[in-house]
Amino acid sequence: MKSAVVLLPGLNRDRDMIAALTRISGQPPVTVWESDTAIPDVDLIVIPGGFSYGDYLRCGAIAARMPALRAVAEKAAQGVMVIGVCNGFQILVEAGLLPGALMRNTSLKFVCREVKLEVANANTAFTRNYRPGQIIRCPVAHHDGNYFADAETLARLEGNGQVVFRYAEGTNPNGSINDIAGIVNDKGNVLGMMPHPENLIEAAHGGTDGRALFESALGIAA
Amino acid sequence: MIKARVIVTLKNGVLDPQGKAIEHALGGLGFDGVGQVRQGKVFDVELGHSDKARAEADLKAMCEKLLANTVIENYAVEIA
Repeated sequence: MKSAVVLLPGLNRDRDMIAALTRISGQPPVTVWESDTAIPDVDLIVIPGGFSYGDYLRCGAIAARMPALRAVAEKAAQGVMVIGVCNGFQILVEAGLLPGALMRNTSLKFVCREVKLEVANANTAFTRNYRPGQIIRCPVAHHDGNYFADAETLARLEGNGQVVFRYAEGTNPNGSINDIAGIVNDKGNVLGMMPHPENLIEAAHGGTDGRALFESALGIAA
Repeated sequence: MIKARVIVTLKNGVLDPQGKAIEHALGGLGFDGVGQVRQGKVFDVELGHSDKARAEADLKAMCEKLLANTVIENYAVEIA
């Protein structure tokens, strides 16, 4: 399956994401620049982490209004799979492709450490290679990962199984409501998550718990 | 030319850790009786025309589309 990575000024996790996708899919992803108005035919589009546009205004706010993100929205509407990690998640909520908002961590501190994640829904295109309820390790590195949604939206997300990853075993690093670490849209083809699965895909990383996410999305059997 | 000021504030019920930290620091400076502090943003916007009705409509659209995240924020527009 073919993948694409969206590049925006200020992102800094693009190299790791490109490396992960290349290793796992066997071919390098195509890259899409901020001003590109169209995205080639791919099965998966990934928006990596970093600090697009210096986090000016709100994290992800400027990026979400760029032509490349309009092109991502068009592809998402056609059913193409989209993953946003960290700043990519913030961009997807600012673009309205995912509900809610990501706010400043309640500690007011940038957190860079490993957390435990529970696979809260293993029945999505992004998690089918995990076991339901599986606890995985994953690094986080962010200042604004505190997921918030109003009560009605939250009830809908929980009721539809759109909460895909939850911080587990008391490792919530940011005060996120209901320990939410990652969600999908109602169609199930857009995933946003704060933790960095691309940094846990080979033994040299200290673990491979992130690999199954990309293998699921790329249609590679477990 | 029209000069406008846009004020963006967090909605009630949305946790504001930065406001809380400022509230705490004010107490530490000896300001007694400080209640809740909420942090917001101010944008001064100049428009290159003097059509007030158009300015009101445009500024509202700017808030909805970019200046405020209406999931968590309210906005108010003042036109000088």
